[in-house]
Amino acid sequence: MTMIENVDLTLVGWSRAQFALTAAYHWLFVPLTLGLSFILAIMETIYVRTGKEEWKRLTRFWMTLFGINFAIGVATGIILEFEFGTNWSNYSWFVGDIFGAPLAVEGILAFFLESTFVAVMFFGWNKVSKKFHLISTWLVAIGANLSALWILVANAWMQNPIGMVFNPETARNEMVDFWAVLFNQVAIDKFLHAISSGFLLASMFVLGISSWFLIRKREELLAKRSILIAGVFGFLSSLLIAYTGDSSARTLSKVQPVKFASMEALYQGKNNAGLVAMGFLKDSDKKIEEEVIKDFVFKIELPGFLSILTGGDKTGYVPGIIDHVSGNKEKEILSVSEKINRGQYARNVLKDYKSARTAGDKEQVEKIKAVFQDKVFRENYFRYFGYAFVDNPGDVIPNVPVAFYSFHLMVMLGFFFILLFAMAVYFLFRGTISKKKWFLWIALLSIPLPYIAGELGWVLTEMGRQPWIIQDLMPVSAAVSQISSGTVITTFILFAVLFTALLISEISIMVKQIKTGPKQ
Amino acid sequence: MKYSFPVMNRLFRFYYEGFSNMSSWGRKVWIIIIIKLFIMFAILKIFFFQDFLKKKYDNDKQRSEYVLDQLINSSDDHD
Repeated sequence: MTMIENVDLTLVGWSRAQFALTAAYHWLFVPLTLGLSFILAIMETIYVRTGKEEWKRLTRFWMTLFGINFAIGVATGIILEFEFGTNWSNYSWFVGDIFGAPLAVEGILAFFLESTFVAVMFFGWNKVSKKFHLISTWLVAIGANLSALWILVANAWMQNPIGMVFNPETARNEMVDFWAVLFNQVAIDKFLHAISSGFLLASMFVLGISSWFLIRKREELLAKRSILIAGVFGFLSSLLIAYTGDSSARTLSKVQPVKFASMEALYQGKNNAGLVAMGFLKDSDKKIEEEVIKDFVFKIELPGFLSILTGGDKTGYVPGIIDHVSGNKEKEILSVSEKINRGQYARNVLKDYKSARTAGDKEQVEKIKAVFQDKVFRENYFRYFGYAFVDNPGDVIPNVPVAFYSFHLMVMLGFFFILLFAMAVYFLFRGTISKKKWFLWIALLSIPLPYIAGELGWVLTEMGRQPWIIQDLMPVSAAVSQISSGTVITTFILFAVLFTALLISEISIMVKQIKTGPKQ
Repeated sequence: MKYSFPVMNRLFRFYYEGFSNMSSWGRKVWIIIIIKLFIMFAILKIFFFQDFLKKKYDNDKQRSEYVLDQLINSSDDHD
């Protein structure tokens, strides 16, 4: 890539690594807050409706663990905003208010939520009415999840940039359709998939810890009550995840087709394309544009399923990576070379704008500004602006094994969760759960698995989009600030230490509280 | 204004009593929150995470000029 030749590769690599580290750690705290807040609200609702003190004890016990996670995780996301301004200044400027507006809403919402309703949740027992306390708990749950919506809207725009017009005068994209940004299909899929993954993770957390109490023969009634809520909530969430995951994949096949083909390792497009349930990849002796094509050592495939999932019909054609790189006239898919030409054309128009402005030619400046407003230019040329930075068409292929394995491991874990929650509910209603020691151990040891599945999902989202930071508009290499890579390495280490210390603190305080158990 | 003082007083007492009667885990996490925020805003933000464009340029016009150059200058080897 041209831009890569001009920037320090170490700088790009470390900036990416730093962002990945902070985002991955941040996501260790967030999903538990999203899901556990709803579990608390459900438990407290039962308490208020039945008046049984055991439900209050239960709610307060899980609320303690929620509080620890909430407090340790709070503000860890702000570090990502620091990084945007320092490490990714070109990107931050280029995205303009599209990224800033949702983040500002998220910040305001989080502030009011945290300073009011969370305080009522923790300090308000016996000080406010039962109903007001319950409303506060529900508002924390709804508010935390709505807060996540805005950051996911911003991320979705990076995957599918819509609802904006580029202004050459400010060198920024300006939002022209807020609703298009908010109701971006990627944002809807992403939000529902992310919050349901939080519900599932929290359910597994409650199920696993309750299983530990049953293994230790402590607090059996409360543990069974918790398993009832977590089992049902987790089972429904795992089904919702499967549904939203399927919807996400369908959207992906339209807006990020190279990522979609990569996560299935589908190089050659075909009709009656099979869905790979499981497989192992190896390097083949074939290449596409200097990139080695991967082949399957073995695979288990469901024939025709990929065509059905994407087109609703077994005979539907699913384009592969080669179709997207070399183009396919019959299927009206542009080659990367053609996109490079269009991207370069858009950038030459931008260069002409700059020359006219430097020469003080106001008439020409206004004329070119109007070109950037023109729908034909935007949809046929500017949308490929990022390709102007690409030298080799093969550069637009992401790391196929990373996309393939992260996707398939996540899906396998998803099916495991459905089975596990279904078994938990089944054993509970049969009244045999306390005797099923093997199951209780599996549930306890499964606590880290939804965390792993969530991180794999983000790996697929972000690495599967490479080389783009904004799909088709800006490659990662063009987004980075020209700063010293030494500074980025230093802060990478500082973050690694800070976040690891936070995580150790969280786990140790939580383990102590779990061992103490619910208060009498 | 006449009615706002009792409300403010109740709000103050609510938070004051909440913090005063906090459990040991509550105190621990508040210490962690304070240390964390201090590291983030008093060390990292000030010494390591200054806004690149704000630090380098005085106004938005200069900043947009810089980003525009970044976007178009790297195309030289294509032309």
